[in-house]
Amino acid sequence: MSRLWTVVQRDLRLALRQGSDSLMVVGFFVLTVTLFPFERTSAGILWVTALLASMLSLDRLFLADYEDGSLELLTLTPTSLEILVMGKIIAHWLTTALPIIAAAPILAVLLHLQEDGFITLMLTFLLGTPTLSLIGAMGAALVLGARRGGVLLSLLILPLYIPVLIFAVGAVDAAVQGLPLKGHLLILGGILLAALPLAPLATVAALRQAVE
Amino acid sequence: MTQSAAEALFRADDLTCRRGERLVFQGLTFAVPAGGALFLLGPNGSGKSSLLRLLAGLLKQLTGTVTWAGEPLSSDREAHAGRLHYLGHQDSLKNVLTVRENLLFWARLHDPAVGDAKIDAALAALSLAPLASLPAKLLSAGQRRRLALSRLLAAEAPLWLLDEPSVGLDIASVARLEEMIAAHRAGGGIVILSTHVDLKVPDAGQLFLDQFAPAVSTQELWA
Repeated sequence: MSRLWTVVQRDLRLALRQGSDSLMVVGFFVLTVTLFPFERTSAGILWVTALLASMLSLDRLFLADYEDGSLELLTLTPTSLEILVMGKIIAHWLTTALPIIAAAPILAVLLHLQEDGFITLMLTFLLGTPTLSLIGAMGAALVLGARRGGVLLSLLILPLYIPVLIFAVGAVDAAVQGLPLKGHLLILGGILLAALPLAPLATVAALRQAVE
Repeated sequence: MTQSAAEALFRADDLTCRRGERLVFQGLTFAVPAGGALFLLGPNGSGKSSLLRLLAGLLKQLTGTVTWAGEPLSSDREAHAGRLHYLGHQDSLKNVLTVRENLLFWARLHDPAVGDAKIDAALAALSLAPLASLPAKLLSAGQRRRLALSRLLAAEAPLWLLDEPSVGLDIASVARLEEMIAAHRAGGGIVILSTHVDLKVPDAGQLFLDQFAPAVSTQELWA
């Protein structure tokens, strides 16, 4: 019986010293609830869950390379690190966002999204998810080596994700209601165009810091 | 190191390195000519790994300069990365990729023109050819180290920075490593390495890092 307590004690100590697990769970709970105002419509549900799903995978984006020494070698490659980071972001988008985009139409039917919203929904996914990967990479690089990286990551990234969410859901809702949606899509595209050069720059700065 | 400054291809002057609150070494100076080798010696924590990382450009020195053929490292980071191979404590391998895929990735990143022949030759040189299609997950610690070492041969770079390269290697592989280093130097390459075993590297210089330990550590200042 005393061994039971030895294990409990040790795991509690580990959790207090480094653990992000319990905070992560609470953090995830709180963040998801704060996103509920968006989940009134089927487009909102699709977008919020897509966003949370893509965030789940961000944790490992640079961490695996950081832990096995690959990140050091990547920074010692005779080219600009921005290019390599862009490569990792593209791979992240292809492996996480693309399957989500492929599954979205089926789920939209399940959620009774009106026909008028389908094409707009796909457009917002195509315009919005690359931004999620770009901003996410920035956050994933910033929390490398930090304790409680997981919950920090959500806290850093989610506020930056919100504008994408607002205009993507806004566009689909507008399409369903027959309102003009061009403005929403233009802003989504604008956010992507801003993130495209800026996020890799910030990511590289954070990675160099982490490697040192 | 008896060579004059003019002959030294790779040199460091008055380097000071700080890690956190601690000065690791200060006033560190050395010079290595083309074809030269330099052993970094000193007890654990004397800054051998920090110096190698600093020479690779992973760490920034507090003071001092590092130059290659007279050009400071800081002037062109990419050019320096192109002329060096850094082998740290970690093997930087992905378990789910095969031995060959692992090597090909790093070789192509270093030099996109690396061909299959070069990869096969590098694997054969470290007796990894029969394992080429196995996932790296199945390799032993020594085999992983050999795969990491094969990077040095697959893509060429004149400067090798090796942090305890022989860890986990069997006797035959250590001999192979010594041959690799000799061949690299014969071609004008430079090797700077730290090791705790007796590696045979003829005419290698020695740098005792404890000679450059700060007289008063910051910890003592705080006390």
